[in-house]
Amino acid sequence: MTDVTSLSIAEINSGLVSKSFSSRELTQAYLERIEKLKSLNCYIEVCGESALKAADECDQMIKSGRRLPLLGVPIAIKDVITTKGIRTTCASKMLKDFIPPYDATAIIKMRENGGFVLGKTNMDEFAMGSSTENSFFGASRNPWDTARVPGGSSGGSAVAVAAALAPASLGSDTGGSVRQPASYCNVVGLKPTYGRISRYGLIAYASSLDQIGIFSRTVADCALLAQSLFGHDPLDSTSVEMAIPDLSKEIKRGIKGLKIGIPKEYLIEGVSKEVLQSVQDALSTLTQLGAEIVDISLPHTEYALACYYILALAEASSNLARYDGIRYGYRSPQARDLKQLYSLSRSEGFGKEVKRRIMVGTYALSAGYYDAYYKRAQQARTLIAQDFRSAFSEQCDVIACPTAPTTAFRIGEQSSDPVQMYLNDIFTVPVNLAGLPGISIPCGFDSQGLPVGLQLIGKPWDEGTLLRAANAYESSTDWHKRFPEV
Amino acid sequence: MEYETVIGLEVHVQLSTKSKIFCASSTEFGADPNEHVDALTLGMPGSLPVLNKTVVDYAIMLGLAMNCEIRNFNRFARKHYFYPDLPKGYQISQFEEPICERGYINVSFSPDSQRPIGIKRIHMEEDAGKNIHDMRTEASLIDLNRAGVPLLEIVSEPDIRSPAEAACYLRAVRQICRYLRISDGNMEEGSLRCDANISLRPVGEMKFGTRTEIKNINSFRFVEKALEYETARQLSLLKAGKQIRQETLLFDSASGSTRPMRGKEESSDYRYFPDPDLPPVVVEERWIREIRSQMPKLPEQISKELVEIYGLTPYDAGVLTSERDNVDFYLAVYDVCQNAKAACNWVTSELFGALNQQGLDISTSPVNAANLGALIKLIDSEIISGKMAKSVFEEMFKTSASPQEIVEKQGLKQITSEDEILSIIRQVFDANPSQLKSLLEGNDRLHGFFVGQVMKSTGGSANPKKVNELISREAQRLAGK
Repeated sequence: MTDVTSLSIAEINSGLVSKSFSSRELTQAYLERIEKLKSLNCYIEVCGESALKAADECDQMIKSGRRLPLLGVPIAIKDVITTKGIRTTCASKMLKDFIPPYDATAIIKMRENGGFVLGKTNMDEFAMGSSTENSFFGASRNPWDTARVPGGSSGGSAVAVAAALAPASLGSDTGGSVRQPASYCNVVGLKPTYGRISRYGLIAYASSLDQIGIFSRTVADCALLAQSLFGHDPLDSTSVEMAIPDLSKEIKRGIKGLKIGIPKEYLIEGVSKEVLQSVQDALSTLTQLGAEIVDISLPHTEYALACYYILALAEASSNLARYDGIRYGYRSPQARDLKQLYSLSRSEGFGKEVKRRIMVGTYALSAGYYDAYYKRAQQARTLIAQDFRSAFSEQCDVIACPTAPTTAFRIGEQSSDPVQMYLNDIFTVPVNLAGLPGISIPCGFDSQGLPVGLQLIGKPWDEGTLLRAANAYESSTDWHKRFPEV
Repeated sequence: MEYETVIGLEVHVQLSTKSKIFCASSTEFGADPNEHVDALTLGMPGSLPVLNKTVVDYAIMLGLAMNCEIRNFNRFARKHYFYPDLPKGYQISQFEEPICERGYINVSFSPDSQRPIGIKRIHMEEDAGKNIHDMRTEASLIDLNRAGVPLLEIVSEPDIRSPAEAACYLRAVRQICRYLRISDGNMEEGSLRCDANISLRPVGEMKFGTRTEIKNINSFRFVEKALEYETARQLSLLKAGKQIRQETLLFDSASGSTRPMRGKEESSDYRYFPDPDLPPVVVEERWIREIRSQMPKLPEQISKELVEIYGLTPYDAGVLTSERDNVDFYLAVYDVCQNAKAACNWVTSELFGALNQQGLDISTSPVNAANLGALIKLIDSEIISGKMAKSVFEEMFKTSASPQEIVEKQGLKQITSEDEILSIIRQVFDANPSQLKSLLEGNDRLHGFFVGQVMKSTGGSANPKKVNELISREAQRLAGK
């Protein structure tokens, strides 16, 4: 028997059905490996007991002939997604002991499809960051080079899949938080169209940009999970009632004649040559597969980062107002009156980056600045979305570019310069601003052996085409089959 | 110098929807603390608001009743401030885009003085919870049952000119809300709350003076008292040549005076922005049409009809239309008896009197409209006398029985047959020969004596009008003989 922890969901499915191994054995193998690779600091909480119990239930169901897309598959969950009865911390001191009395809708759907929670993964506090260094529980490590960051904010979920500490995981993506760590860790990372997966139970960072995303080893696994999680939820007014194609079938159709747009504005300074080379090679592969490359223009790209950091931080300053030490969460023991209760609980309970973002967001919404910042940023957002709309309506079916300008950087390397850190998101934030689906897939390694990701961006609600292009590329390459030696 | 008072009111109306504005928790009043809470009410991470559409229905309804323009594209905004009774750290409200704007209502300040008061805007928002300061333990306790209960905030134009007018306006707003059945308008339970803006200016001056705002006034009486106090306070300052400070005040009902709110409770920058969790609400013409078709007649319209068609006095019309249940009851009584004036008298004096005495209201009245109408019909068709009717009514009020049943059971039927009455008169005449002689000689005083005797011998059941008539006729006949 090969090591079960290296299998894809599709392989797990057939292994479970053919009784090559049980869900309990699979779960046990993961738990052992997690214990062994603790130093990657990938999990905040490992749910060994409940996962084994769920695995046994799955084994019973398999025995009785039940078939579900994720039946018996343990899944790692970013600790920003609420899990009933399981501590959900957002990697913050503020919520370090918070046990939600409800499951997120995505968790309920995952369970309905046979999956269960293996553990809660590390992240940047409240999903604010691009490196998973801003965690109350310490930084996670990139399995390709443990001196480096795994990317962020869903770093733990990316590491879990990359280091075979889970077959798949859920993350959240507000400005690239699934795609960028996927790229840094050599896994598939999908951010669906805004409104595809219910945000109920996703602890909000920036509500108009947040979307639950999927990490997996293969595009087919990603399609399987997407199929299970997509759909309208009456508890989330921003989730949308839209037809969902049979994604597993959809991805197998080829890409002959598919038009792939290359935005000229994305060829900016600061993008590593090796990253560019890998992306160029990927485009050649796609061309050989029958795709047609077209040059496009997204003229308002230069405003995307500023626009993102105003809107996201404005919303964050509002969304995080509820952490006041009154009803749940951290309360400063030093507080002597109401004002202190607020100011001490919040200044002691939140980390530096979170406080920085709350302050910037508060400023952007303040009387006298609202029009200059928030309103202008909204206008810019409309223009950025319009850029994509016209490109998609006239020129291309998907857009391709690097996921991130560089490969993984060293822990501590960028933490002193927030603006440099924000530049990591340059290729990913426009996608969130426009509400589009985006995916990062492994497309090579640089000279230091660090993974490079190719980002594909799709039309709204057209994850089908996006995954199809990704799958076509994956099928003719084997980057995704490489595992880090840890 | 003569000064004019300028007042504008901000009225918060709690809507009587079953569930809260953004979640499924109940809005019921009087439950144990924190019984009606859920993840959203508690501001738990990951919870999301979902709009209760009935709130929009009610807002449209009130907007139409107040002659407002209804906005097509509606957005909710977050209003930020920190307070323990505000679980999310922001209140979901509407800011730049209220659902209703530019309306008015006609307010009667007395039976013959009516004036439109402008409605600047009506917007939807959620209520906050309540902080309770426990003096014994020195703890502050929070009850979030009220957090998330839907409110409509109705902002008037500064068209009100006296504290008494302010109270009339507030009553009119309450009356409309109760007619629409969108709120019980109960000020004691806090379903109707009022903030008042007040300033003074020299008569004839167009520019407004510096205003103060009095917050959280919780009874009709206090609205008037608070504004009277504030008028006098501002007037004495102005007369002494001093400036009015623009500030927020609280009314202290115990001392009957206003005092400045502490700075902390007065927030400065709410950092409004559109709530990204709630998509815009588009109110199409069809939606408005549908609501319009469900609207009941409003007090102003009914009052007009009662005067013009039913011939009631404006005063009576005012009394009847004070509550929708009252006028509905009145109209149901009228439907049975077809006697507008009598129905009005019976409803407003007999029934209301009896209800008041028992501490009941029309909805718990032991006498229903059909029975009261039937009673009036019995009087009008002279089956019973007005006097008998009063005792029948008392019985109806006690037992809820129909007047027909009571009349039957107690043998109270009025004798109206002329033959029957005449034969009694003759018996009475025969039994009192000397008095008859005197009557026939022209002693009119004895007419009353005979009426009394006839009524006595019939146990009061003879129709007195007929008895009167027939005694005169019989006396004339005998005299002429």
